[in-house]
Amino acid sequence: MAEPRRLGERAPCEPLLDVNGLEVSYGAIKALKGISLSVGKGEAVALIGANGAGKTSTLRAVSGMIKPGSGVITLRGESVGGLKSHEMVPRGLAHAPEGRGVFPNLTVQENLDLGAYLRRDKDGIAADLKKVFGFFPRLEERRLQMAGTLSGGEQQMLAISRALMSRPTLLLLDEPSLGLAPQVTQVIFRILRDINAQGTSVLLVEQNAHLALSLAQWAYVLETGEVAMEGTGQALLASEDIRKAYLGE
Amino acid sequence: MYEFIQHVINGLAAGTIYALVALGYTMVYGVLKLINFAHGDVMMLGVYVGYAVAFLLGREHLGTISGALLVFAVSLTACAAFGFFIERFAYRPLRDKPRLTSLITAIGISFALSYGFQLDLAVSVGGHSITLLPGAASRRFPAIITPTEWAVLGDNDVIIWNWQVISFVIALTLMGGLQYLVFRTRFGKAMRAVSHDHRVAGLLGIPVDTIIAGTFMLGSALAAGAGILYAIKDKSIQPLMGVMVGLKAFVAAVIGGIGNLPGAVVGALLLGLCEEFIVGYTASSWRDAVAFGFLIVVLLVRPEGLFGRAQAEKV
Repeated sequence: MAEPRRLGERAPCEPLLDVNGLEVSYGAIKALKGISLSVGKGEAVALIGANGAGKTSTLRAVSGMIKPGSGVITLRGESVGGLKSHEMVPRGLAHAPEGRGVFPNLTVQENLDLGAYLRRDKDGIAADLKKVFGFFPRLEERRLQMAGTLSGGEQQMLAISRALMSRPTLLLLDEPSLGLAPQVTQVIFRILRDINAQGTSVLLVEQNAHLALSLAQWAYVLETGEVAMEGTGQALLASEDIRKAYLGE
Repeated sequence: MYEFIQHVINGLAAGTIYALVALGYTMVYGVLKLINFAHGDVMMLGVYVGYAVAFLLGREHLGTISGALLVFAVSLTACAAFGFFIERFAYRPLRDKPRLTSLITAIGISFALSYGFQLDLAVSVGGHSITLLPGAASRRFPAIITPTEWAVLGDNDVIIWNWQVISFVIALTLMGGLQYLVFRTRFGKAMRAVSHDHRVAGLLGIPVDTIIAGTFMLGSALAAGAGILYAIKDKSIQPLMGVMVGLKAFVAAVIGGIGNLPGAVVGALLLGLCEEFIVGYTASSWRDAVAFGFLIVVLLVRPEGLFGRAQAEKV
């Protein structure tokens, strides 16, 4: 396999997540054919690419939702490949899945409580609750409303907030802009930038390459289950190929 | 009038037993979306375990409180263990397969239990014959609670038996406890999350396998408790006894709105009363037809069951 093209210089940072030669198959179909990527401490990293390129599968393998066929996944120096998703949470990983996955028949508050399921520190939980309500005041207004009655944008806010309630070091986000109005997407990405600036590392999958690349310090371009290109968000945004293929210019 | 009161009491007594079985049904359905058709047969298993314990205890312990408690405790524990076993080895491997697969597996387990128990199997150890499978003949369930009249109204017109009161109290306590467990505890919160979406629940750190196994154990233990109460009432037990009780409890759970705990209880009490009135005022051969007819009527009028609710959801 050819080395992916590299654009720009990556700012050095302490390694957090390291994925090496990750392969995932669904029956006879190989969705990931040896993906290697890394996320540093405090970094925001984006995965962009067309439908079916393997972005969601990558996130799912990292968070333990699906078992990788082969490859090594290391989180903070510990090999975590093949662990189940509930075992990843205490290791500092939170995953806001594709399609938001809020519990429609539970209230906003109950959804958030479940995000802190493994935590026992009441004061810390209360502080984090205050923090996410600070990010998304609309959730506080709808605290006692069933999550199923929220708008799509509010559900996305809830999904992100719920993931934050476990106080993760690494936040995986799958298509946070999916199906949302542009203004709502703007709000969410502004908050994501804040969350990242406050020290949470982010691994973001996004169809909207422009948004993703302007948030991420480093990004990988996936094509049919392989990393085709990687680079700084800025360099990729400026690249002719990327502009043609993913930004519709 | 006395006759009517007597029917109400008998109906409620029968209904509480259905309720305990129905709670297990509805709880497992709520968490797994699986109709565990083996549930009634797990109940039958619990009855036979209770029978064995009572038999081993011997006559002198029958009717004592400690004896009765021991019968319940061993039977509940054995069924909880069996529930764990079938979930682990029969249902868990099929969890991500189409739902029909688990349903048919459940029917298979049901048959395996109800017909397996009709085999006669005994081994001889050191001159003692130990029965492993009881055989098809019905047996008399020992009176682990000595039946006494708890209250009498009029001139022996209405009799309330102690076992009726005991089963009513046990059933209500278990229902209350379950409601508390599901809505007020961490385990219950996790159960509800798993019931909505077990994959997302896992992403939040909830140990999905543990929660599902716990739900199965709890449901199976409830079935065992119901089975012992049923055996005390009916006195005669046989390997197919779980089939009809299981079906009736399933009907009760659907009438109440499957997945809904208070619904299962109300559905079961209604069913118990309904059957008792039919038997009391018409002919007992109508009983089952009316029970299932009741189900059809409820499904026609309110397909989600009495307490089920249509969900408001934006997509």
